Amino acid sequence: MRKPMQSILGILTGTAIAATTMLGVAMAKPGNTECIAPAGAGGGWDFTCRVPAAQVMGDMGLINGTMAVTNMSGAGGGKAYAHVVTKRGDDENLIVAASMATAARLGQNVYSGFKASDVRWVGALGADYGAIAVHKDSQFKTLGDLITAMKDNPRRTAIVGGSSAGGWDHLKVLILADKAGISDLKAINYISFDNGGTAMLEILSKRADAFTGDISELVEYEKKGNIRILAILAPDRIPAVPSAKTAKEQGYDVIGANWRGFYVPKNISNARYNEWVDIVTKVANSSQWADLSAKNGLAPFKSFGKDFENFVGGQIGKVAQISTDLGFMK
Amino acid sequence: MLPGIGPVNAIAVLFPIVYTLEVPAATVMILFAGIYYGSQYGNSISSILLNVPGTSAAAVTTIDGYAMAKQGLGGKALAMSAIASFIGGTISIFFLALFAPKLAELAINFGPAEYTVLMVFAFIALSSFSQGSLLKAIISAFLGLAIAAIGIDSTTGVSRLTFGMMELYDGIDFIVVVIGFFAVSEILIMLGQKESDQSKMQPLTSLWITFKEMTGSLATSLRSCVSGFLIGVLPGAGGTIASFIAYATEKKLLRPNQFGSGDIRGVAAPESANNSASVGSFIPLLILGVPGSETTAVMLGGLISFGIKPGPLLLETSPDVFWGLAASMFIGNLFLIILNLPLVGLFAKILQTPRWILMPLITMLCVVGAYTINGSEFDVLLILIFGLIGYFLRRADFPLAPLILGVVLGDLIETNFRRAMIYSGGDVIIFFESNICLTLWILAAVSLLAPTLINSIQKKIHS
Repeated sequence: MRKPMQSILGILTGTAIAATTMLGVAMAKPGNTECIAPAGAGGGWDFTCRVPAAQVMGDMGLINGTMAVTNMSGAGGGKAYAHVVTKRGDDENLIVAASMATAARLGQNVYSGFKASDVRWVGALGADYGAIAVHKDSQFKTLGDLITAMKDNPRRTAIVGGSSAGGWDHLKVLILADKAGISDLKAINYISFDNGGTAMLEILSKRADAFTGDISELVEYEKKGNIRILAILAPDRIPAVPSAKTAKEQGYDVIGANWRGFYVPKNISNARYNEWVDIVTKVANSSQWADLSAKNGLAPFKSFGKDFENFVGGQIGKVAQISTDLGFMK
Repeated sequence: MLPGIGPVNAIAVLFPIVYTLEVPAATVMILFAGIYYGSQYGNSISSILLNVPGTSAAAVTTIDGYAMAKQGLGGKALAMSAIASFIGGTISIFFLALFAPKLAELAINFGPAEYTVLMVFAFIALSSFSQGSLLKAIISAFLGLAIAAIGIDSTTGVSRLTFGMMELYDGIDFIVVVIGFFAVSEILIMLGQKESDQSKMQPLTSLWITFKEMTGSLATSLRSCVSGFLIGVLPGAGGTIASFIAYATEKKLLRPNQFGSGDIRGVAAPESANNSASVGSFIPLLILGVPGSETTAVMLGGLISFGIKPGPLLLETSPDVFWGLAASMFIGNLFLIILNLPLVGLFAKILQTPRWILMPLITMLCVVGAYTINGSEFDVLLILIFGLIGYFLRRADFPLAPLILGVVLGDLIETNFRRAMIYSGGDVIIFFESNICLTLWILAAVSLLAPTLINSIQKKIHS
């Protein structure tokens, strides 16, 4: 006679086998999917999970069922990064929102020793390009004017932005200054504010000389005529602000793209990684996403799979070099 | 009224739903605004009845609100909280409708130097929260400042007091501090009391506010509404500082008073200021596109997804959103008072729940609340640690309100002071240059000297 314990075990085993089989079927399309936004509700990473991932992937039928969105804020994305690397390393149904800020922090080695190679980079599907702006009455008429002032009198040229010191808004100015041949990058007077909006108030009130941020933060003020955009850090002009010249046009070949994309855990199967690349590519090329991203002030920016992995690696190297030069990083 | 599960979460959860339903943007904004201060009032309920402020802005309400509840006057405190919120909320909507573009200029002209002086003014309010020993209030405030210093310093990018723990890089959330020091320590204190003391402590008496109490609180509500609104307009200052300053001002202005031991005006002042500040915070959001608080930041994200960009063009491009919002806030306020006043008696009955049911329930709310902020177990651990520290502080008669003030002000005063100094190249003259700065210095001086002045005048009158 079978003991009750054995029959329970039998049922459990049976269920496990059934579950595995079902999992096998589900492999065709990811199901029970989850997107981790490494920050609280309302920010860029949260948007990346909720709109292109949960909403568009669901609407287009690229995943089975609905995608759960988990907000896991902490350490500027470091908490989620550590969580994915150490606890979810083989979760086939997990994707994580990432952006230029993720790469910048990896470059500055502030994710408690974790490296870019500890995850797999899936792709980017949009970007907010950087921009430098001044008050409409400012003495600076061109990017060249501002750079001259930064060279001649760096202490008296206050530049404000919404990221902390060493963050992306600060780095954009530094990369630009580096390109313009300014050797003493430490002398550049960057003042950090809580977000792009509060930094913008410093320009409207003429307390600060220049603003570094993303284009989406500037469009409305430019239309209203409150500010002058000296340069956008994009490869070409942007339809939203057609009169704003690129830095490249003015002789400074700098592109600052705050891209939005995803990474997945490292130890998932190659087949599943390729599926995620395929899904993100489809979303990026969809008309639904084109509409939604434009509404949110994002410009097209596409990079997937291997290309994207190389791109992220390159950005991390650049940030590491500048941060080391400046002493943000040892 | 769940601590931690505040308006930010509610709006973030609702956002994808309304998005899929394709509700017009104006309607969505109205819905969000309704949630915003609906939950504001919910927080007052737990502050008054359980000494558990759901947000840092409600921390001041606990002082006199909970003291009243202990005397069996919880119903009165709740009713006053609803009425003062209504007054603060409604009048500030008229300010919003009439002066929005003009007030946006105030937000623009308020730079780092002005913020620094405003924080100094708020620190002077500290003396109002010392129940007895000023030294204890100062120690408590310094503990708050130390907690505020934890995390990555945004001016230099250096991490402070994190002990290499990744969980501490972003600093500690206000709500975690508030839940730990207020709610968890309260549970520990209740555990130390005898059941018989407890049942005697809170007999429910009158629920209704007398005419005299109403007229006595009216002026307080009105004054707090004006100051709260102006502070709310400043992005970054917000409801917490508004409620602290309103409470401190009223405590100094009104003689005689029982502030600190259950004065009904001590409930009216922070509640009116708090609500009026949340209306004020819509000005920087709508006119400047600058979110003044976490909640308005989520709303900003929501609006942008609907193709509406709050900013200098909003009044011209989407007047329906702006006016729809103003109207909805008015209606929302009206509904809050209509719904809440008759329910006051019901809410107050929470206190009659036996302790053996109530305490585990509050504990659960605290843990859930702390966990939901960031989905972090570490925050749950923190509330327990803070609860223990808070317990010993309270047993030693340290006031906790200065601690909250320290946490709120610490970061603001430091970063703004440093920004101002970078602008001026290290010259302190920047703190005395603008008219706004000078006005604030005068107000600070008056608030410091007022109690002595009023006392001596009253003595002269009596003698």
